[in-house]
Amino acid sequence: MGMRLVVVLVLMLVVMASAIGVVYARHEGRRQFIELNRLNSERDNLNFEFGRLQLEQATWAENNRIEQIARGRLGMVAPSTTEMIETTR
Amino acid sequence: MTPRSKPANLRFRLYTVLMVLGLASTALVVRAVDLQVVRKDFYQDEGDSRYLRDIPIQVSRGTIFDRNGEPLAVSTPVESIWGNPQQLLAHPEQLPKLAAALGVSNAELTERLVQRKDKEFLYLKRQLDPDAARELLDLEIPGVASERAFRRYYPSGEVLAHALGITNIDDRGQEGLELAFDDWLAGKPGLKRVIRDLHGHVVENVEMLREAQPGRDLVLTLDRRIQYLAYRELKAAIAEHDASSGSMVIIDVSNGEVLAMVNQPSFNPNSRISINPAFRRNRAVTDVIEPGSTMKPFTIAAALESGQWKPTTAIDTTPGTLQLAGGYTIRDFRNYGVINLTRVITKSSNVGAAKIASSLSSEHMYDVFHRFGFGEVSGCGFPGESPGFLPISKSWGPVEKATISYGYGLSVTPMQMAQAYAALANGGRLRKPGFVKGAVNPDVAVIDPQIAQSVRAMLETVISPEGSGLAAAVPNYRVAGKTGTSRRAAGGSYELRYVSMFAGMVPATNPRLVGVVVINDPGQGKGAYYGGLVSAPVFSKVMSNALRLLDVAPDNVQHWYAGGPDAGHPIGPASAPPVYPPDQPNYEEAVPQ
Repeated sequence: MGMRLVVVLVLMLVVMASAIGVVYARHEGRRQFIELNRLNSERDNLNFEFGRLQLEQATWAENNRIEQIARGRLGMVAPSTTEMIETTR
Repeated sequence: MTPRSKPANLRFRLYTVLMVLGLASTALVVRAVDLQVVRKDFYQDEGDSRYLRDIPIQVSRGTIFDRNGEPLAVSTPVESIWGNPQQLLAHPEQLPKLAAALGVSNAELTERLVQRKDKEFLYLKRQLDPDAARELLDLEIPGVASERAFRRYYPSGEVLAHALGITNIDDRGQEGLELAFDDWLAGKPGLKRVIRDLHGHVVENVEMLREAQPGRDLVLTLDRRIQYLAYRELKAAIAEHDASSGSMVIIDVSNGEVLAMVNQPSFNPNSRISINPAFRRNRAVTDVIEPGSTMKPFTIAAALESGQWKPTTAIDTTPGTLQLAGGYTIRDFRNYGVINLTRVITKSSNVGAAKIASSLSSEHMYDVFHRFGFGEVSGCGFPGESPGFLPISKSWGPVEKATISYGYGLSVTPMQMAQAYAALANGGRLRKPGFVKGAVNPDVAVIDPQIAQSVRAMLETVISPEGSGLAAAVPNYRVAGKTGTSRRAAGGSYELRYVSMFAGMVPATNPRLVGVVVINDPGQGKGAYYGGLVSAPVFSKVMSNALRLLDVAPDNVQHWYAGGPDAGHPIGPASAPPVYPPDQPNYEEAVPQ
């Protein structure tokens, strides 16, 4: 009789623990899902930012613009054929 | 007291009460079963739909890079502002504020809303940059919300417009490589389930229904710097010669990769409004031209392959004209007398080419041309590519055979021409032109390497004061190439409109680059129109810079060209590009009347 009572009590405790475990796991799952979403959107935003910066860089480095500045403002010229010497490494 | 006439039927009352109670509880059980079991799904769905929403996750389109990792097409997020007309019309006092923020008149906005008053969704403004969208949303007008979308930007603008193509407002490829690689670039939007509150704010994410798959990046073979050079020089030449349009293609001989493909006129792919369709055409692969004399090297290759001819075999082209049966006359620019096969190329003799062709079988000539890729799409994968036109050999009469030998009566695209010259440059092995960097691209033998070598040596004589292509000379490098000048066929007859061409390879000793320049309508019937005067200088200017950018070792240090009497004279400190002596206009070539 005493034995059965112990078993029932232990099982009740296990059931309680498992119930709390379910609640905890569910909560943890949600928390991590939210975290995952936050990190995903952070990654996306960083990617977008990177894309924008790439775009900005490419716009600044546009060949026509570089050429205008090099020739116009900086007075640069392409070396003539005779000014070039051939070297070998 | 009133005596009872009958005693109350207690048993009957008891049964009645029990029956009513029994029925009531049965009804409850039935209802409960109905709700919990029979119609469970329906109520569950109805309940969920009150707060659960499946919302798509937008993905961005992949970036397109050039061969050196420079971004050529980038998608960045923009916000599309939308409104709920029903909700907006319920608050008319907010409309002037909204109209002002959108930059439209109040009346205009109201009219648009009234037109859609039975709908719940209306785009107010699409593709706004995120900062401007935030400003609009900060007004906190009920019924106004934003939706993320992506817009494509092309930092190189006009320079790469034709090669890259464009996307539509939904970020799908419409033309060019954007269309050809749309599936690769596009990606798949994801779907997630969320819980929303009464106001539509997301309270909690429930689950991911479909993982979002972002678009993949694409690395092209094009080189932005060389592309720019080609664009700049082609545009300048077209302006200088008052031409209507033109194309240039540059191929890397070692792997068949297309380094540059430009067309004029061009357009700005960043502005979506009113682009003239004619400006959008990628002429390098969609437009066909009669190749004229640039075709002669392939006739010569057929002649060498037949075994009947050697580069030194003599041909009598006297008197500079050739009468064919049926009264058709072929003309040279002047009488070149007795010349050898090499000289036919140097001088671009039509009579010589026709006489060579008459000794060959039509089937053999067709076979050689076909092996070099003429008459078939090049397989570069560009949408809308034209196969050109090479009539089957059965249909060739003596006149057709003669005209085809010097490039009339067939048509090719500039890309096909570049592919064929690249095969000559690559020791007679043909490769499909490719646009994707690192793609496996095997070559196939189309002609004996010895023959390719002989033809290259002949083509080198064109870049000399004796030949028609002196202006294509590149300092420090040996150039092999061929000029071409043809009449534009229109409505079955030839008009006074010309096509100037130059196709060449450099450095001639071990070709690395092949370039084809095609310029339409130079001189507008008045000015210069010879390929050697109009297109050859473009080749020279672009290649001299491209070779420097690619660090190709010079094979002719301190010299302009390798052939002719001035060969070996070094370039002086102040030497200008070589020009023909005034009494020797060797750039002239015969153009059929």
